[in-house]
Amino acid sequence: MSKPNRSGAQQSKITAQSQWQSYLSHHKLMAVDSLSRLLSQMGSSLMTWLVLAIALALPMTLYVSLENVKQLSRTWDQTSQMSVYLTTGTSETEAQALTKTIAQWPDVTSSQYISPEQALKEFSATTGLTDVIAGLDANPLPGVISVLPRLGNEDTGALEQLEAKLLEQSSVESVQLDLLWVKRLYQFMDLGQRLVWALAALLGLAVLLIIGNTIRLSIESRKDEIRVVKLVGGTDAFVRRPFLYTGIWFGLGGGLIAWLLLTAGLYWLSGPVERLISLYGSDFVLLGLGAKDSLLLILDGVILGWLGAWLAVSRHLSDIEP
Amino acid sequence: MAHVKFDHVSKSYPGGHQALSELSFEVARGELAFLTGHSGAGKSTLLKLIMLMEKATRGQVLVDGVNLSRLAPRQIPFHRRRIGVVFQNHQLLFDRSVFENVALPLRISGYSSRDLERRVRAALDKVGLLSKEKLNPIELSGGEQQRVGIARAVVNKPSLILADEPTGNLDPKLSLEIMRLFEQFNDVGVSVLVATHDVQLISRLKHRVLALGDGRLLGERPSQVETTHV
Repeated sequence: MSKPNRSGAQQSKITAQSQWQSYLSHHKLMAVDSLSRLLSQMGSSLMTWLVLAIALALPMTLYVSLENVKQLSRTWDQTSQMSVYLTTGTSETEAQALTKTIAQWPDVTSSQYISPEQALKEFSATTGLTDVIAGLDANPLPGVISVLPRLGNEDTGALEQLEAKLLEQSSVESVQLDLLWVKRLYQFMDLGQRLVWALAALLGLAVLLIIGNTIRLSIESRKDEIRVVKLVGGTDAFVRRPFLYTGIWFGLGGGLIAWLLLTAGLYWLSGPVERLISLYGSDFVLLGLGAKDSLLLILDGVILGWLGAWLAVSRHLSDIEP
Repeated sequence: MAHVKFDHVSKSYPGGHQALSELSFEVARGELAFLTGHSGAGKSTLLKLIMLMEKATRGQVLVDGVNLSRLAPRQIPFHRRRIGVVFQNHQLLFDRSVFENVALPLRISGYSSRDLERRVRAALDKVGLLSKEKLNPIELSGGEQQRVGIARAVVNKPSLILADEPTGNLDPKLSLEIMRLFEQFNDVGVSVLVATHDVQLISRLKHRVLALGDGRLLGERPSQVETTHV
């Protein structure tokens, strides 16, 4: 050997602390760098953001609509009250006793006895047929117990059971319930819920594909850089990092724009909806996006963005070897 | 211990092309050696095997006593960090400044920013380009670009430098300057292996020469450098 007294240059040492700091600062650097790359191509980035926003906003719109219908149906629960018609000749005391018994049932919220006289009075008041009614020899109306069932869940089977139980009582002539209507509403809501999930799954997949494709193009355009980075000892994680941040930024931007679209849309609709509802004398208020839903929407965007980028990167990065 | 050791190494590419066959040689720690031969002799393949850009089909390549065929894929980046590479086409990135090009290996290795700046400036100073750190490499001449490539190769203070035709597009005067730089790094104990077909240039320098032909070691000229350097 020509230079026996040398043992080669010492590889410089890096402390764990400085490594950790520089790991964090590289994260920061990549986050800023990937965002500025997106902003420098504002036109195409904005297009991508809008497409993502629409894909994210659609299922959320359906979800919010469904939540509103649910809220509306809660105020309509009173319409599922049952009218229990008593046989003619049931005495006032019998009817009162039965009313009390029914009120104590666990699946009943309240029950109220309406005597034939009271019913007739109400009828004449609401219909204005006072003269006709005054001309009647006897009160044709039966006594009625108005029963408000306890609607805990969206199970119509409970209503049917209650109906059967009521019919078993002596002095009950018939039970009337707009069961079919309630049933249909719940079926529709069930359908709507599933539709929201299916749509969310499909559009979530679309978001993944859009971001995956965008990241693939970005990888393609930075091929040389990736090659050099790998050659000077960049780990896969190091190479992946800027692309993952790009995906996160795409997702975050898409989520934010989707949130803006939804909020603006709801605000735009709230006036007409409230006027329409007030015509029906309901105290319904259009539900907006709550803080939880907003956060969920934006977080969904971020997670899908990151995941899409991850898929693209793990698929295409190994193709680029120095 | 030999810094780089090839032990009956063969490399054949899919399609049957035999780039290296039964090649054995050693480069000692702190040695500067030239690798020469016509194009297609296997010089680049040899360097790629050391960098693990390719894997040997048969035989063993050892760097610092580590058998490269036993290195797990996730250890490859850390192996590469110990080696500085210089390319003929210098592989600079034109979307960032000279400074950032040189800083890349340090960012990858995880240097704090103050340490990083100091080292980048020292490397640029070494190749005489300190005044051009803010420029884009595209604004530099061919010789300057090559020197940026060298600064990037040495900024991490590697114990081994590989160069593949580093003077490929340069005139004789610039080529000699580049070689002098390699000699300076060698003077501080770095092992250097330079692949070049510039026989004239090599003959002016007195270092060891390994001549390759058709993937075999054709001959060897021992170093004529005096053992005591100043």
